[in-house]
Amino acid sequence: MNGLFDLPSDLQHSYPGLVGLHLREALIPVAAGLLLALPVAQLCVRLRWLYAPVLGLTTVLYAIPSLAFFVVLIDYTGQTETTVMIPLAVYSLVVLVPAIVDGVRSVPQETLDAATGMGLGAVRRYFQVQLPIAAPAIVAGLRVACVSSISLVSVGMLIGNQGALGNMLYTGMTYGRPRLIWLSVISTAVLAVAVDALLVLALRLLTPWMPRGGARPARKAAAR
Amino acid sequence: MIRIEAVTKRYPDGTVAVDRLSLDIPDRAITVLVGPSGCGKTTTLRMINRMVEPSEGRILIDGVDSRQQPVNTLRRSMGYVIQNAGLFQHRTIVDNIATVPRLLGWGKSKSRDRARELMERVGLDPALAGRYPYQLSGGQQQRVGVARALAADPPVLLMDEPFSAVDPVVRKGLQDELLRLQDELGKTIVFVTHDIDEAVKLGTMVAVLRTGGRLAQYAPPAELLSAPADAFVEDFLGADRGIRRLSFFPSAGLDLLTGPVVRADAGAGEITARDTGGAPWLLVTDADGRPLGWTEPGTLAAGPAGPARLLSYGRPFVAGRDSLRAALDCAVLSPTGWAVAVDEEGRVTGVVSQQAIGDAIRAAHATGRGSDGTPDGTSESVCDPAHGDRTPKAAR
Ligand SMILES: Nc1ncnc2c1ncn2[C@@H]1O[C@H](COP(=O)(O)OP(=O)(O)O)[C@@H](O)[C@H]1O
Ligand SMILES: [Mg+2]
Repeated sequence: MNGLFDLPSDLQHSYPGLVGLHLREALIPVAAGLLLALPVAQLCVRLRWLYAPVLGLTTVLYAIPSLAFFVVLIDYTGQTETTVMIPLAVYSLVVLVPAIVDGVRSVPQETLDAATGMGLGAVRRYFQVQLPIAAPAIVAGLRVACVSSISLVSVGMLIGNQGALGNMLYTGMTYGRPRLIWLSVISTAVLAVAVDALLVLALRLLTPWMPRGGARPARKAAAR
Repeated sequence: MIRIEAVTKRYPDGTVAVDRLSLDIPDRAITVLVGPSGCGKTTTLRMINRMVEPSEGRILIDGVDSRQQPVNTLRRSMGYVIQNAGLFQHRTIVDNIATVPRLLGWGKSKSRDRARELMERVGLDPALAGRYPYQLSGGQQQRVGVARALAADPPVLLMDEPFSAVDPVVRKGLQDELLRLQDELGKTIVFVTHDIDEAVKLGTMVAVLRTGGRLAQYAPPAELLSAPADAFVEDFLGADRGIRRLSFFPSAGLDLLTGPVVRADAGAGEITARDTGGAPWLLVTDADGRPLGWTEPGTLAAGPAGPARLLSYGRPFVAGRDSLRAALDCAVLSPTGWAVAVDEEGRVTGVVSQQAIGDAIRAAHATGRGSDGTPDGTSESVCDPAHGDRTPKAAR
């Protein structure tokens, strides 16, 4: 009898190998998206008129089905991991830009005034005040980006077996092996939940300054 | 000295927020900018630390144009306090206060030591050091704001309606604390408020601005109250300016009667033998000379006075330190119409009638005393306008 986690050799990976591959294909795009989203969002905060067109463009990008994206990209990057990761990075960017913009804009004007008045220049203000205070909004965006990225990686099975855990699903369906199908679906879900939980935990550790277990003080709400 | 020279601010949308304003702001004193909302107070204050750049005119700091030094160097040399404190919600109290020292390159532990020292200075429990702003009350946050502004010991403090968002009791505490701190530290403070009472209480000099950012009057508060420059200023000062002006007349000149003051354990013979100076009431004190209450001479002669048989003596004033306003207030509140004067320890030094206080007020007006409150705050004749604020606890 096959062990629960034994995989047929045509998957070319052990189970832990597939999980690692899946995480890599899902999370590198999110990281890349974050790296791009930070400056784009900052531009949108500084130049208010830029935000609406950027938001429009990102919405259009988000509306493109991932499969269509893959097909177009195959001509340029072939049947590789990169072809899977580029669309995922774009989706992350689309989710993260508004999250960061909203987060940075949620910093109370008086906090910024105080920072300016005390002699923090624009760079310090950004890194020491705006970004940390925007952290909860950014992490909220990251959670959405990570979960959708983890589920979307599986679609990569359709372009030359680049779907990591998705490949297992494909194999399972092709050879009529329900165990592989279940294993693939459940593993993907568990990965998504685990990454999400890690982000929630990280946020808690990063933001001891957030009021917990109750409504935020009314003063903050009034100040907005 | 900060000198504002013919400064105009025109915002890009055409609003003239400040119009050819000139002000000499004295060193080591509190200068208050007061006026109705939208009259350009914040704009003026922010031009001093260049958060707003003047359209015309210039601002000199100790004779040097403020544009001569890098803007952030200028700002770090001026403490800045705003409404709602504007604390960094993601930093602990101690790190909030340490902000400017850190910017100036002090080490982390030195900055924090300094921050803790300041917490004590402004009356904050050091146990709050590790808390976050959301865990503090509005009044505590405002104290943190003041401590943060003072952290690097800047010579100048800019305060924009710092106490406007807290309730009246807390506000009064913060105002008293600021006066006390200023006695210790002697900063050059520019204080913005829309509250004329706050301006009169805190200001060594008060600049009244009118809408459109024009200066209506620049004078010490006593002069403002006695001689408003025009109808606008008079209107802005409010209805009871005559009474409030009494805050600037000392009570030292009052003729206190000691005849009507008797100790509770005095014998009947001693009481009847007294020359009460025509007073129809006797003030009974305890053995230490602290007031117990008023009684009629006949009642007391009949036997020792228990507290139950005494009329309340109201709230005494401290002779010499409190103002005529405080003395008059005591007399008005007293059921007998007589005010009780005490020393700093709360022991009775005498009593005085409404009549006598009225005479003193007329005499003071006649000689014009009280209108000479000098901007350097050294004049002994300027009383604490917040009358009775510092009444010793024993006397309450
Ligand atoms: N950034 C700005 N752009 C245009 N107008 C402004 C700006 N800031 C303030 N004003 C206008 O300038 C005037 C003075 O404002 P301000 O200095 O904030 O007054 P105050 O602090 O006395 O209430 C007001 O009419 C206000 O609307
Ligand atoms: Mg203002």
